[in-house]
Amino acid sequence: MRDEHRGRRAARSLALLAGLAVGLSAAAADSNIEKGRAIALERSKGNCIACHMIPGGDSPGNIAPPLVGMKARFPDRAALKAQIFDATVRNPETSMPPFGRNRILTPKELDEVVDFVWSL
Amino acid sequence: MNLIQRIAAGLAIAAVSTGLLASPEDDLKAFQGFFHKRFPDVSNAELGNGVYAIDPVGRANWEAIEEFPPYEPMIDQGHEMWDKPFANGKHYKDCLPDGPALGKEFPHWDKKSGRVVTLPLALNECREVNGEKPLPYNKGKLASLLAYLAFESRGQLIDVKIPKDDPRALEAYEKGKHFYFARRGQLNFSCATCHMQSTGMRIRSEILSPALGQATHWPVYRSKWGELGTLHRRFGGCNKNVRAKAFPAQSEEYRDLEYFLTYMSNGLPLNGPAARK
Repeated sequence: MRDEHRGRRAARSLALLAGLAVGLSAAAADSNIEKGRAIALERSKGNCIACHMIPGGDSPGNIAPPLVGMKARFPDRAALKAQIFDATVRNPETSMPPFGRNRILTPKELDEVVDFVWSL
Repeated sequence: MNLIQRIAAGLAIAAVSTGLLASPEDDLKAFQGFFHKRFPDVSNAELGNGVYAIDPVGRANWEAIEEFPPYEPMIDQGHEMWDKPFANGKHYKDCLPDGPALGKEFPHWDKKSGRVVTLPLALNECREVNGEKPLPYNKGKLASLLAYLAFESRGQLIDVKIPKDDPRALEAYEKGKHFYFARRGQLNFSCATCHMQSTGMRIRSEILSPALGQATHWPVYRSKWGELGTLHRRFGGCNKNVRAKAFPAQSEEYRDLEYFLTYMSNGLPLNGPAARK
């Protein structure tokens, strides 16, 4: 009886911990998306808006496709990341700068931008 | 294959892969044809007005600016410089007897020195043989002198020649062409990425100007600079924009680039100096 009680308590604690972990990682993802948004709009960083329409961004360029429906266009996050890392792999004639290959963004910034773009 | 690939193939890649060089005449036809197809309603002469040939809103602002041209005082300053004798009593005209309307003679291949000679280079070399210090190339007095000479040359048609009797001339042209189509800098853009492939489209709120016509109107009073600047100053600015190292004004790289780019605008009327954003 006592063991059973102890077991239930342990399970409750675990559930609580797990819940906390989920909450924390969701918050981390949200904060990544926010950081990614700032990088995407910042001229000296991602400057995605120079060529791509971004929902909520002012005066976008029109050289490249609008950044919408990204999960439909890139079901695989890794493929989107590869595209931002070096778009010339898929299309040698693209005008898109190779943000990872040429180290325009740090690996951390690249991940943040991928999180943001994937959320659009 | 998209347009830029086709044009690049026509201009360079096919030439290398087949071992046959497209002639400058073929390049010129392909290059100008590209823009006539992209902007079928815009004439060659209009393309000399840069982005204002294709941007009606920008054009209205520009026309208002051109009513009282910001470069006018510099034309007068350049006129005085042209007329004023050097300390030894000689003039620029002693080196450049066809002046001041010299626009259509430059840039040209100089067989004797084996290089492309641009008008700013010829002016500074004239100063040096007459015991005067050369002037800085990007802006200032030399730009004013160029503004006067450009003004006097308005309406002349660009007629750059690649002489066939010296293979080094074609080599300089090919180097300029390669520079134009080579990607460079951290952002990995060539000149053609923006001014052929994406011309007419917007980067942020700026419309990218067509390459054809970019050589007709220098020096330029650029609002961003708040003063006159030369073509090579602009080359340097573009190179910095793509996060590449700029070459010095009047370096062999930029003279060869000017040779190619100006040849591509053959037949267009000179219309400098000009005002730009």
